[in-house]
Amino acid sequence: MRQTLRVNVFRQSLILSGLFVLGLLALNLAVFRPGTVAVVMLSGLYQGMLFFLIAAGMSIVFGLLDVLNLAQGAFFMLGAYAGFAIYGALPAGTPIEVRFLAALVGATLTGGLAGALMEIGLLRPLYARPVYQIVMTLGLSTAINEVVRAIYGPAGLVPIEEPPALATTFNILGGQFETYRLFIIFVGAALMVGISLLLQRTRLGIIIRAGVQDSEMVQALGINVRRIFTLVFALGTAVAALGGMTAAPFLGAYPGMGTDFLLVAIIVIVIGGMSSYEGTAIASLLVGLTRATAEQVSLQYFNTPILASVSILLFMVAVLLVRPTGLFGRE
Amino acid sequence: MSAILEVQDIHTFIGQFHILEGVTVEVPDNSITALLGRNGAGKTTTLRSIMGLNPPARGAIRYRGRAISGRKPYDIAQLGIGYVPDYRAIFRQLTVEENLKIAERRPGDLAGKRQFIFEIFPDLEKLYQWPGGQLSGGQQQMLAIARALVADNNLLLIDEPSEGLAPVIIEAMMAAIRRLTAHVAVLLVEQNFRVASQLADRYVIIEDGKSVHSGLMTDLLASPALIQKYLSAA
Repeated sequence: MRQTLRVNVFRQSLILSGLFVLGLLALNLAVFRPGTVAVVMLSGLYQGMLFFLIAAGMSIVFGLLDVLNLAQGAFFMLGAYAGFAIYGALPAGTPIEVRFLAALVGATLTGGLAGALMEIGLLRPLYARPVYQIVMTLGLSTAINEVVRAIYGPAGLVPIEEPPALATTFNILGGQFETYRLFIIFVGAALMVGISLLLQRTRLGIIIRAGVQDSEMVQALGINVRRIFTLVFALGTAVAALGGMTAAPFLGAYPGMGTDFLLVAIIVIVIGGMSSYEGTAIASLLVGLTRATAEQVSLQYFNTPILASVSILLFMVAVLLVRPTGLFGRE
Repeated sequence: MSAILEVQDIHTFIGQFHILEGVTVEVPDNSITALLGRNGAGKTTTLRSIMGLNPPARGAIRYRGRAISGRKPYDIAQLGIGYVPDYRAIFRQLTVEENLKIAERRPGDLAGKRQFIFEIFPDLEKLYQWPGGQLSGGQQQMLAIARALVADNNLLLIDEPSEGLAPVIIEAMMAAIRRLTAHVAVLLVEQNFRVASQLADRYVIIEDGKSVHSGLMTDLLASPALIQKYLSAA
């Protein structure tokens, strides 16, 4: 009975989310030309995917380990800098496509490895001590930022070169949109589906979903939960680092770039309902679309993008008023 | 008759509380041993100590002659011990199939055991794709025991299987547990004395964290004074 109720709540939230997107679309159509509407929607998806790449790992880790990893933004930044380092390390004359792919793979591995080290070395002694975790992850985030600042300087790096095939713009309904940002949307969507398949179809996914509820019982069934914790944590930071590297040709890299995204990622997780993967995925897109719409509206009427950040907070407040546990949260 | 599990004078602390103050239990092969005693005597903690979930501070636990105290719970489980906790611990978001699948220690464990499990618990076949959270209390109990059968376990620790179940369901569950003893030894915690006395071959009585009596169930049944002293509700 309660389960059936939950399924209904899930469906309701799904319908609500769909209606909200339609509402945003209608608002856009009422205010802007079709070309602008298309660009705003795509830009919303692009931002949403970046939020998703940071928030996905955070939300799964929060569900399984009860740890809110406030250093996740630093891993995003680390991915971008790893990309630059790999671009620089490859011999001159390496085709740009090769550099780009090597940077994507290298940044992901760097993020995963750094995450594994962090979980084993720093986080393990602090399980069941939430306050210490907050201090540690926040402190580590600051430390990584400062190390990067010390090595690369405070100014940040100009965006790295993307493969020429992606360095174009295309025309959609009269609006112009960068091909590279479309590529980011595809990367995000692929990971969204990939992680979902991992959770639903694999043994690791079964263990993760079971561990979210009762990791002690998982352990009593003969599964080394510690190892699963490390693996999941590392997967989360790897995805964040991949996100950072994917964004590097567009945003460049600068100390603190992760922190900007981290705040939005936390809002995304709260809106989606803490520790619900589906919630995080859907909420990141909703937040991206909201932000893009608000940005364009305030550019049009006030000549500044001032509403962009405010809109996300207002959106969160509105969601929490209707659903105190978030869109897809439990209990 | 050799013992598959020997628990020798274990002492277990939870936080600062001295919960077990000397528990000794022997579980012979292919038999059912019941842990008896009043609420709060330390029966559940004894099972959790054996699983390594509340490791004992003193005393020895041997499984097939090997010392296992101090090992991690997953390590202990892998030796061939299945645990069915009193709260059943069914994963609500997982289907019945996934609840069983997660207990595999080698790929193919479930495929090999599925028919056997369906034979003992026919209900689970119909419910195979249902989420665990939608099962009734009795069905969840069946699933919890079935889950402990997926891997090649030789010893099951079953905590309060009859708790909260309707009498007719209890009968079915007792029949199922009885069938298992052809394959595994069972250490059973059971508050319902009628159930315990019908199922178990041997008993151990725990009072205030100490094991105070043990022997054959038939002897206990012949001794109303003992039952009165340690097990009556008063």
